[in-house]
Amino acid sequence: MSTMIKMVRALTAAAAIAVAAPALAAGEGPHIPREQWSFAGPFGTFDKAQLQRGFKVYREVCSACHSLKQVSFRNLAQEGGLGYTEEQAKTIAADYTVTDGPNDDGDMYERPAVLADKFPSPFPNEQAARASNGGAYPPDFSLLAKARAAHRGFPWFVFDAFTQYQEQGPDYIHALLTSYGEEVPEGVTIPEGKHYNPAFLAGNAIGMAQPITDEAVEYTDGTPMTVDQYARDVAAFMMWAAEPHLEDRKKIGFRVMIFLIVFAGLLYFTKQKLWRNVEH
Amino acid sequence: MAGHSNYVPQSAAAKWLESRLPVISLVRGSFVDFPTPKNLNYWWTFGGILAVMLVAQIITGVVLVMHYTPSTGAAFNSVEHIMRDVNFGWMLRYLHANGASMFFIAVYIHIFRGMYYGSYKAPREISWILGVVIFLIMMGTAFMGYVLPWGQMSFWGATVITNLFSAIPLVGEAIRTWLWGGFAVDNPTLNRFFSLHYLLPFMIAGVVILHVWAFHTTGNNNPTGVQPKTKQDTVPFHPYYTIKDLFAIVVFMILFSWFAFYVPNYMGHPDNYIEANPLVTPAHIVPEWYFLPFYAILRAIPDKLGGVLAMFGAIAVLFVLPWLDTSKVRSGTYRPLFKQFFWIFALVCVALGYLGAMPAEPKYVFWARICTAYYFAHFLIILPLLGFLEKPKPLPASISEAVLKGGSASPAGAVSAPEIK
Amino acid sequence: MRKLIAGFRYRLNRFREDATLAHSDTAEPTRRDFLYIATGAMGAVGAGALAWPFIDQMNPDASALALASIEVDVSSVQEGQSITVKWRGKPVFVRNRTAKEVEEANSVPVGDLPDPLARNSNLPDTAEATDANRAAEGKEAWLVMVGICTHLGCVPLGQQGDYDGWFCPCHGSHYDTAGRIRKGPAPQNLLIPPYEFVSDTKVKIG
Repeated sequence: MSTMIKMVRALTAAAAIAVAAPALAAGEGPHIPREQWSFAGPFGTFDKAQLQRGFKVYREVCSACHSLKQVSFRNLAQEGGLGYTEEQAKTIAADYTVTDGPNDDGDMYERPAVLADKFPSPFPNEQAARASNGGAYPPDFSLLAKARAAHRGFPWFVFDAFTQYQEQGPDYIHALLTSYGEEVPEGVTIPEGKHYNPAFLAGNAIGMAQPITDEAVEYTDGTPMTVDQYARDVAAFMMWAAEPHLEDRKKIGFRVMIFLIVFAGLLYFTKQKLWRNVEH
Repeated sequence: MAGHSNYVPQSAAAKWLESRLPVISLVRGSFVDFPTPKNLNYWWTFGGILAVMLVAQIITGVVLVMHYTPSTGAAFNSVEHIMRDVNFGWMLRYLHANGASMFFIAVYIHIFRGMYYGSYKAPREISWILGVVIFLIMMGTAFMGYVLPWGQMSFWGATVITNLFSAIPLVGEAIRTWLWGGFAVDNPTLNRFFSLHYLLPFMIAGVVILHVWAFHTTGNNNPTGVQPKTKQDTVPFHPYYTIKDLFAIVVFMILFSWFAFYVPNYMGHPDNYIEANPLVTPAHIVPEWYFLPFYAILRAIPDKLGGVLAMFGAIAVLFVLPWLDTSKVRSGTYRPLFKQFFWIFALVCVALGYLGAMPAEPKYVFWARICTAYYFAHFLIILPLLGFLEKPKPLPASISEAVLKGGSASPAGAVSAPEIK
Repeated sequence: MRKLIAGFRYRLNRFREDATLAHSDTAEPTRRDFLYIATGAMGAVGAGALAWPFIDQMNPDASALALASIEVDVSSVQEGQSITVKWRGKPVFVRNRTAKEVEEANSVPVGDLPDPLARNSNLPDTAEATDANRAAEGKEAWLVMVGICTHLGCVPLGQQGDYDGWFCPCHGSHYDTAGRIRKGPAPQNLLIPPYEFVSDTKVKIG
C-alpha cells in the first residue's frame, strides 16, 4: 500500500511541475492554431476531393518552385490517396516532360512522363533553385508535412501522445499560408527580399512572397476559392504526399489493437486460472 | 543454468540427444522447471518484455536491411523507398523506429525495478554489471541506428556525439578522425555505423545469455529481497511465469502498437525528414528522448572534458552501485528512508530528461546543474550513508510468510501493490 | 450503462464459479480446456498474421511492379540481324529472321515438339507452338522473346546449336529458329513477352 502512496505522491509532484511548466515553455516560437483534418484520429481517412484540389493548387502554383521528388505518377492512382483511376493518372503524367536516356546515340532526350516516373523537379539542382529564388532554397514538398512542427512544450506534448495529435505539419502549412499580409509590428525589420510572416518557424522573415491569393486557382466543384481553403487543401495533399500509407496504417492499427486487447484478456483469465491455487 | 531440472529423457531420440548435447535439460532447467519466487510482481515481467523487444528489433532490422542502402547519396531515399514502395515497408520501419523507444522504456523500468528492490546487491552483482553492459551496448546501437536514415538529426547527432571523443586529452582529435574515417561525418562513417548497428544487437543477445545465467545461478531476487528458503517459496517458471510474462508482453504490445500505428512520429524529430545537409545545422539539436538525461548532464558542466566525463561517469557509477549501497537490507520495501530517496532520484532523472530537451539557456542549465549534482550525490553520498543512518523495518522470515501477511498491513502489503489480484 | 456493468459482473462471477467448479471437479475439465485452447488458438492466429508482412516485404515492391514498358526502335535491324534490349532486368531478343529460318521453323510438325505450347504472352495459354503463333502478328520475320533459358535461367547464344536457333551453353539446351526447345534439359519454349509493333519500326515491350 505504501508504494501506492508513494506513487500518488510522485504523480502529484509531476502534476505540479506540469502546471508550472507552460510558463517556461511559453514564448517559444509562433503559435500555430489547430485545424480540423479528415485524416486526424484513429479512424482518419483522406478526403479524395480535397487531395485532388490540393494537387491542383500544387500543380498550378507551388510546383513552379517546389519539387515533389519522392512521389511518382503511379502514386496518384494508388489506393488510400487521390482516388484517380490509372487512366487519369496516365493522362496527368503525359502532361509532364521528363529527361530520359541516353539513347543509342548517347544523347539524353525528353519524353512525356509515364506512371513509373517521379515528378520532375522545377530546378535541375539546389544551386539553380537558389539562384532563381534570391538565395532561398524552396524545400521539397514530398516530406514537408512531416518535417515541420511547431514546438509544443510541456505538458502539451504529453497529451499529444494520448490524443494522437500528429497533424502539426499540416497545421503549420495552413498557418504559414494564411499569415501573409499582416502589418509588420514595430521594432521588427524585414530584410530586403524577405517577407513578414508571423507563423514562420525560423524567425518571422520568410524568403517566399505570398504565393497564393483568393481566386488564384479555379475550383469547379463549388468549394470556396479562398486562401484559407487553398491552404487547407494543399496542406492535406502534402500530408498525403508525406505519408501515402496513412489510411492503411490506421486501418491495420485498429485491427491490431482489437486483436491484442482480446488476446490480452484471454491471457489474463488463463493466468488467473493457473495462479489460483498459489498464494502470492 | 541447468541443474534445476530432474528431467529424464523418455523417448529413444531424446535419450540419444541428451547423452550427446543436454540441450533439453538445459532449457527445462532454465525456463520450465526453474524454481522462481512465487511473489514476483508485474515489475518483474520487464525482463521477458525486453527479451521480446530485442528479438523484435533484430527481426524487423534484418528485414529493413533487405531494402536499405548505406550510402550518403542513397540512404535517405532508400528509407523513403521503404516507406512508400516496399510491401508493408512503412509498418516495418515504424515498428523498428518505435521499437527502439519501447526497448528503452522497458529497460529503464527494468533498471529502476532493480534499484528499488536491491537486485544489484550480493550475490547478484555480476548480473547487475552485465545489465549495465547491455545498457551501454544498447545506447551505442540506438545511436548508430538513428544515424542510418541520414536525415538532419541523424547527421548532426552523429557529429555532436562523435565530437565528444575529441575532448579526450592528447589523442582525442585522432580518435575522432578515426571514428569518422575522414574529416567530418561522411560516407565512411555511415558505412561503419551501419556495420556496427547490425553487429551490436547480436552482442547484446550474447550478454543477455550471461545476464540470465548469472541470476539463474543465484536465483531471482524478489519483492521481499529475502532468499527463498523452502519449496513453498517458489513455483516452477513454466507455466506460472511464462503465462504471466506473456500477458504482460501482450499488454506492452498494446502500448507499442499505439505508437507504431497511431502516433509513429511522436518519438522522432521532424528534422529527420529533411535529408542530411553538412552545411546547415538545425536550430535545436536534441538526441532521441532516451539519451536526454545524459545529454542534460553533458551540458550542465561548463567544460568540454568535464561534461564528457560527467556524462560517462553517470553510467560508470552504475557499475559500482553494488558496493556504494551499504545497507544490509535488499528490498526497498523494508527501507523507509531509501524509498523516499529512490522516488526523488527517479523524479530527478525525469527532470534531467526534460532539461535535456530544452535549449541551453541559463535557467535550464542552472536546474540541470542542480539535478546533475543530485544524481551523483544519490549514488556517492546518500546511498553509502543511508546504510548506516536508516533503521530498516523487520524482514519477514520467508517469502511465504510475507505473502500470507499480504494485504493486511505494511510492510508486506507493499509487495502486492502493483499486482492485480 | 450501470445495468451493462452489473450484467458483466454477473457473468464474470459465473465464469469464475464455473472455473472453480471445473477445477475441483476433475470429471468436467472441458471449460478450462476451452479457455486454454481459445488462448492458444488466438496466439497462433496472431503469429500467423504477424508473419505475413515479414514474408510479403520480399515480394516485388510497388516501384518494381510499375516498371514501365519500353519502346525499341528496330529500324536498323536488317534481315538476319538481332538486337538485345533490357526489359525488367532481363534480356529480350528482337530478331529479324531470314526467309530460310522462317521456312525451317514452319517445316516442323507441332506434334514433334517437346513443348507443344506457344508460350506467347499475347495469345491464350493454350495456343499451339506453330511458327505463326511464335512470330510477331502479321510480321512473320520478326521474333521477340525473353532471352532466358527455361532450364535454369542462363542467356542462350544466338544462331548456334543443332537447329540454327539458340543454344544455351550452361547445360546444352538447343532451341530452333522460332525459339522452341528441341533438345536438351530445358522444359519449355523461350517465353514471348507482351509486346506490340506500334509502328513498322517501333516495338513496345511490356
